[in-house]
Amino acid sequence: MALQLRRKTHESIIYIDKDSAPRIMPFGEDFILEDIPIGTRVIYPNPPIKGLPNREAAIRYAVNHPLEMEPLYALLEPGMRVTIAMDDISLPLPPMQTPDLRQTMLEVVLDMCAANGVDDIHLIIANSLHRKMTEWEMKRMVGQKIFDEFYPDRYYNHDAEDDDNLITLGHTRHNEPLRINRRAAESDLLIYLNINLVPMDGGHKSVAVGLCDYESLRAHHEPQTIRDSHSYMDPPASELNHKVVRLGKLVDEQCKVFHIETALNNKMFPEGYDILTRNEDEFSFADRLKWEAMARTFSKLPRKARRKMLHAIPAQYEMIGCYAGKTEPVHEKILELNYRQYEIPVKGQCDILITGIPDISPYNVYSALNPLLVQVMALGYHFNMFRNKPLIRKGGVMVITHPCFDEFDHNFHPSYIEFFHRLLPESRDAFYLREKYEREFATNPAYVEMYRRGNAYHGAHPFFMWYWGENGRQHVGKVIVAGAENAHVPEILGWERADNLTEAIAMARSYMGRNAEITMLHQPMIGLCNVSD
Amino acid sequence: MNRNGQAAAFYDLEGTLVSTNLVHTLAFYAQRQQGLWQTAKKSLETLAKLPFFGITDLYSRNVFNEVFFRSYAGISQDRLRYFADELFEEVLKPAVFDGTPELIAQGKKIGQRQVVLTGALDFTIERLMDYLGIDDYVANRLEFVNGIATGRVLPPVMAAATKAKWIREFAEKENINLSESYAYSDSISDLPMLSIVGHPVAVNPDFRLRQTARQHDWAILDLK
Repeated sequence: MALQLRRKTHESIIYIDKDSAPRIMPFGEDFILEDIPIGTRVIYPNPPIKGLPNREAAIRYAVNHPLEMEPLYALLEPGMRVTIAMDDISLPLPPMQTPDLRQTMLEVVLDMCAANGVDDIHLIIANSLHRKMTEWEMKRMVGQKIFDEFYPDRYYNHDAEDDDNLITLGHTRHNEPLRINRRAAESDLLIYLNINLVPMDGGHKSVAVGLCDYESLRAHHEPQTIRDSHSYMDPPASELNHKVVRLGKLVDEQCKVFHIETALNNKMFPEGYDILTRNEDEFSFADRLKWEAMARTFSKLPRKARRKMLHAIPAQYEMIGCYAGKTEPVHEKILELNYRQYEIPVKGQCDILITGIPDISPYNVYSALNPLLVQVMALGYHFNMFRNKPLIRKGGVMVITHPCFDEFDHNFHPSYIEFFHRLLPESRDAFYLREKYEREFATNPAYVEMYRRGNAYHGAHPFFMWYWGENGRQHVGKVIVAGAENAHVPEILGWERADNLTEAIAMARSYMGRNAEITMLHQPMIGLCNVSD
Repeated sequence: MNRNGQAAAFYDLEGTLVSTNLVHTLAFYAQRQQGLWQTAKKSLETLAKLPFFGITDLYSRNVFNEVFFRSYAGISQDRLRYFADELFEEVLKPAVFDGTPELIAQGKKIGQRQVVLTGALDFTIERLMDYLGIDDYVANRLEFVNGIATGRVLPPVMAAATKAKWIREFAEKENINLSESYAYSDSISDLPMLSIVGHPVAVNPDFRLRQTARQHDWAILDLK
């Protein structure tokens, strides 16, 4: 079995042997060099698909040749009311170099609106219960010209607590309620601009989740739905996706939605940092110098400075496809592109999964990856990057590398602090927490106002973060944090700690046996393991 | 402590729900004295005392109150009450922070009793309390002799630890569950009041309160 496994099955998979170089692993805002046990299967991200040479032309072509809808220009009439909604700062990750893809889509769409006499236009960020974007972030996303023209009266964040500007669309046949942004729902045409970074994004989720309120969201962001979602990244196997599709159909019955979806390639880092995603065995002398320079610089900087530096590196993503028209066929096409870019066929599950936790998540853009977010990255995202079967066997051990510092951003994540320090010590049972405390946090007047007037995540958001790790938590036998700088954070999360990776692997082997199969996800990566027997 | 009662929200007023402070009110009355001479005299007096007020407030809120309310000495009760409506319309109402009505509405929505504790004078804030929909409030009361303010404040003087004491007694009397209750303030001088509830919130905090809130992981809210 081992011999068969160790054959090179895919360009993104390698096996560690006695001559292998040590591997670079993320460790929060730092990167560390670690020797990995011989025989470990290391999975890298697929190389980037070449981006389209003229993305503006591709977007223009898509809106003029939509799927199952009339072209955009044919839908526009003078005097009509148009709302353009778009993804928030959680997409893509890290934030991409300017001009952001949303700016390009907006330029195409706004040109077309102007040419067809449409001037009643609002731009709404579909942030749902995420934090509202800051003025600077909003400007960066759409460019100075559009910002100056629309901000703040006609370019703003969705407010899931603004009762006057929400409207109930009804209930699905499963009694899931849906209340969404009034302006979007009452417009003659709702245009949605999406960046589909991973397969769980986009589709009906864009409007039905991005523009909804707390009561609508809690119908599907709950522990049982998450337990029943056998990978968020595989929509047909995701109960969460099924519920969102039902809600999306409700939207389609009552609103005219023209969806523009885009897919990106895998080019996460600019030149210089691209070594972070490459096979260390193939490093040239120049690559080794780059690593040395990076490691030396990082070792001299305090954590906050490293974080600032990392957050200042824009992703180099390129658009590999754009489709427009009716939500479902458009999303289907985009998912094909996502899978083409990310899917890695993997033969056999592993007993021990090693994954470094980088300082990149949808919820900590320009802030600290707090302990709850470390949890969501490990058990929510890294665990769920599979199709078919989880990469790790049921009861296996997950080894992560992160300092697990007890640091929270008071402006962005105020309710996380109370959740982590008050609730988790009482119970880690997601159902209990939902029942007893979720609504208390959701209606906490201070949290509501911090969400509405500031840049805080909604009071209920830390609960969703905890639920997000629920299927991972149920599946994985143990989580061991290598390099955790304190004992209490892993303990509160229900994890074990080790001083370093070697010790963590030894602990994992003591649970899983000396012959345990080890796989490492070479983070930071976006890759989807299609796991077969 | 009652653990089954209703929850309440206890607010400081100046700097927390409205942008004005006690000096704005004093300045308003100083400009409305009998005759031009009195008006000019009182206004100049108030202006001259500003640095002194600032220093005493930094030193102690109790000392500040003692010194500050002396400035009302000699003003008639009628005059103070007569201009209270104008004070509300011209000074206090425009000074209500944008987020204040939302915060109070959210508190009411979840069934909290809305209570304001302020060092301001009772007659100056009656209209404001109605306007904001506050259920209960406690404020300082001037002593009047023959209808003329003596410049002394009747005990208990609402400041610092007195607010916390008043909240405890109020909770006992009104069956309020303090561990489920919220307290909102902008100033470190209200630390005792913030410390006795389950959900303390620093609102538009000064530097020292912001640091304290960060250390204790309290919510920090900007209502401006």
